Amino acid sequence: MKEELVGFLKLKKIILYLLFIGVLALPILIQYQPGSSALAENANPNRFSLNQFGFFLTDVTREAGIDFIHQSPQLDPKLNHILPQIASMGASVSVVDFDRDGWNDFYLTSSRYGSENALYHNQQDGTFRNMAAELGVADVNIPGTGVSMGSVWGDYDNDGYEDLFLYKWGHSELFKNNEGKRFDKVTGKAGFPAWANSNTALWFDYNADGLLDLFIGGYYPHDIDLWNLTTTRIMPESFEYANNGGRNYLFENKGNGVFVDVTQKAGLISTRWTLAAGAADLTGSGYPDLIIANDYGVDEYYINLDGTGFEEMGTSAGLGFSPKSGMNVAFGDIQNAGDLGIYITNITQEGILLQGNNFWVRNESDDKVNFMNIARQRGIELGGWSYGAQFGDLNNDGSQDLYVANGFISAQKGTTYWYDYSKVTGGNKAIISDAKNWPDMKGRSQSGYQRNKIWLNDGVGFFQEVAELAGDYATLDSRSVVMVDLWNRGVLDLIVANQNAHPMVYKNTVDSLNNWIAFELIGTKSNYSAIGAKIELQWEGKIQTQVVTGGIGFCSQNQRRLHFGSGAAARFDKATIYWPSGKIQEMIQPEMNRLHRIKEEL
Amino acid sequence: MSLTETIQSTERPVKDKAGFKKPDFPKFFFDKIDFRYVPPVFITLILLVGHFSFGILEGYTKIIVTLATSLLTEMVLSYLMLGKMKNLSSAYISGISVSILIRSNLLWPYIITAFLSIASKYVLRYKERHIWNPSNFGISWMLFFAPFSVAGLSIQWGNNIWPMLVIWMLGLVIVTRAKRYHITITYVISFMFFALIRSLITGDAFLTEVAPLTGPMYQLFIFFMITDPATTVRSRKGQILVAFAIALVEFILRLNEFIYAPFYALFIVGPLFMVIDLSKKKKQALEKLNA
Repeated sequence: MKEELVGFLKLKKIILYLLFIGVLALPILIQYQPGSSALAENANPNRFSLNQFGFFLTDVTREAGIDFIHQSPQLDPKLNHILPQIASMGASVSVVDFDRDGWNDFYLTSSRYGSENALYHNQQDGTFRNMAAELGVADVNIPGTGVSMGSVWGDYDNDGYEDLFLYKWGHSELFKNNEGKRFDKVTGKAGFPAWANSNTALWFDYNADGLLDLFIGGYYPHDIDLWNLTTTRIMPESFEYANNGGRNYLFENKGNGVFVDVTQKAGLISTRWTLAAGAADLTGSGYPDLIIANDYGVDEYYINLDGTGFEEMGTSAGLGFSPKSGMNVAFGDIQNAGDLGIYITNITQEGILLQGNNFWVRNESDDKVNFMNIARQRGIELGGWSYGAQFGDLNNDGSQDLYVANGFISAQKGTTYWYDYSKVTGGNKAIISDAKNWPDMKGRSQSGYQRNKIWLNDGVGFFQEVAELAGDYATLDSRSVVMVDLWNRGVLDLIVANQNAHPMVYKNTVDSLNNWIAFELIGTKSNYSAIGAKIELQWEGKIQTQVVTGGIGFCSQNQRRLHFGSGAAARFDKATIYWPSGKIQEMIQPEMNRLHRIKEEL
Repeated sequence: MSLTETIQSTERPVKDKAGFKKPDFPKFFFDKIDFRYVPPVFITLILLVGHFSFGILEGYTKIIVTLATSLLTEMVLSYLMLGKMKNLSSAYISGISVSILIRSNLLWPYIITAFLSIASKYVLRYKERHIWNPSNFGISWMLFFAPFSVAGLSIQWGNNIWPMLVIWMLGLVIVTRAKRYHITITYVISFMFFALIRSLITGDAFLTEVAPLTGPMYQLFIFFMITDPATTVRSRKGQILVAFAIALVEFILRLNEFIYAPFYALFIVGPLFMVIDLSKKKKQALEKLNA
């Protein structure tokens, strides 16, 4: 009997030991799962990607005549030890058809004193020509005036030509477009701030009066001149709850080129470290709400109070609770259910910081405005050190895919600043907020040499990562990305702006069996750019919603047109256009595979 | 981590000259309550403050799953291996520690970490004692071997001084009451000394090197892990030596840029000293028997 008991105890021990060893080994086994070798196995990856995913990308930057190289700022020598950290932004791209010739052009920013921005005009033959200097928008990084961080286009005076707002760390500028032949600086009349350290801006008509207003988001406080520091206490006071960033601005367009600062009145009073913003009517009120992504803190959700101002509802709506490092706002209807979700990028670094990107969707079971994050379930959570992201149907299969730009600082290979970074960001605010306490980077990388992500939608809102297989191999420090039909072929091409490097122009080759449709909207009662207009496109029981934005992503602006794919569907049933003025227009069975230019009916 | 057991065994009545019990703080305060529940309540307080102020849990699923795994593993293993149900306060503290100290976008790392933490007490034993601090074992293992899906605590509770001071004061009261304050004090002084040395070596500011000590990860480490009675050596001098050794090994790891240096240092040093101490104890017992 005693022997049986001893035997039983031994057996239990053996089972427990085996179980323990098995569980110990589990994380190691999961980590060393063999990866996909589809690329290596395919002699012709383009054909593979086309067959498998319905598209492939070709880097045509050089062939397209793009020779631009972004340059990062040189700042006060007191910041030299962490300069790559501070000077890590400024590469941006925004799309515009500035001369109304029906072909998309684009504008790139550089960020060093003396370097020039570029406005690439579409030559309609596959190439582009930089016309920034002759049109007066190249030499904008003049010493003493700050440097470019990004740009947004909007027809603020409703004359039919898109005007340019250039936001800077310094003195931001408004350029009036004179019929696509010249740009005139009109900043003085507009009344914008003399100095601000801005990393985002967007045009939107917050009060639906037909005139485009302007939101500008501050990163560093507006009273800091990063070239002439009087203090080194310029860093965030917390890695998660910093409130010592730059102030935001809302400028109401009064007409005749005059803008009035209504920030306080409108309730946009936070001073977080804003990096991105997006505007869309998420509540069905007819007025655009505002989503703000903040670095070193929680994101903000401002509900529009019928054009009179905003109320911050981030915490109660569920998306302003967990602090992360928000760097992007993009809207996507990933399930063709007619609802816009909000994609906000953050930081993911294996073993160190797993914030994950957020994809917020409205919780339908709740009467109140309430969002839930479904990025993990949909497979679009773990990006990298993510900056810009955009939704768009890359293979015209009828569902919106997602491109995410990654990579922070690619310096010496095989080195990392993460240890020092985690050391100082873990400290209390007296330590973290002073740049002199930040350890010297000594040429080290931090989340560098990362690949961008292309997440392909399977049609029901679940995603598969295909970037490398689809032809995107780059490991540059990507910042800003746009989706644009560069050659009027009915497909979405890509432009990616990279820090301290050349941009990448990707020509998209799409399965020719897939159909598409595009809309270019022209406002009459609404603002001419139709910013804020929404299209609901219906086919085969699906409804896909897209909105015209005046700046979206990270320091970027997509093409003004709204592009929809439909896969093999033979026809679209209906397109419903909701104009910012409140007017609703319908098109029954709009013709496929063409661009429709729609003017707002009076 | 069962601070509760030691607290009970070390309680001695303190009387004044007239023979009456002294109403000294914190003893007076703690005499009014059952001290067994103080450490679990303290860590729950840290959790609640951290969550409702700073959202450290990012939802409730993970903590429910972690706690359930932790408690269930303790119940099943204590019943199967010891033939009795153990007090669950230790497993509760381990579960809370795991759910605060690791970050993952997935659920399975929380389950594995909680299981490994508790199971290590029943598997990794020497002279009938477990030699690793349970949650330190589970957390260190996962941080080292599963970096693709696990990271350490990234939330820093607003980097404000006040939450830190409150937790430090409460924590010091508790470790003082448990007669283990010398471990905490030795470690903190050693950490600061080595921070100064690191500062001289790396050229980084002293404040930068001290910075991690001001974060919540260290508060849990100092008050719950290194003071764990079940996995610390017997003598006071030995405990001081171990605390110093942890700081020393951490210093070496930090010079080699290990972000989770304190966990790894305790993982290496703790069991080593436990084995030496237990071997010495047996030898002493044999000598006594022979005499």
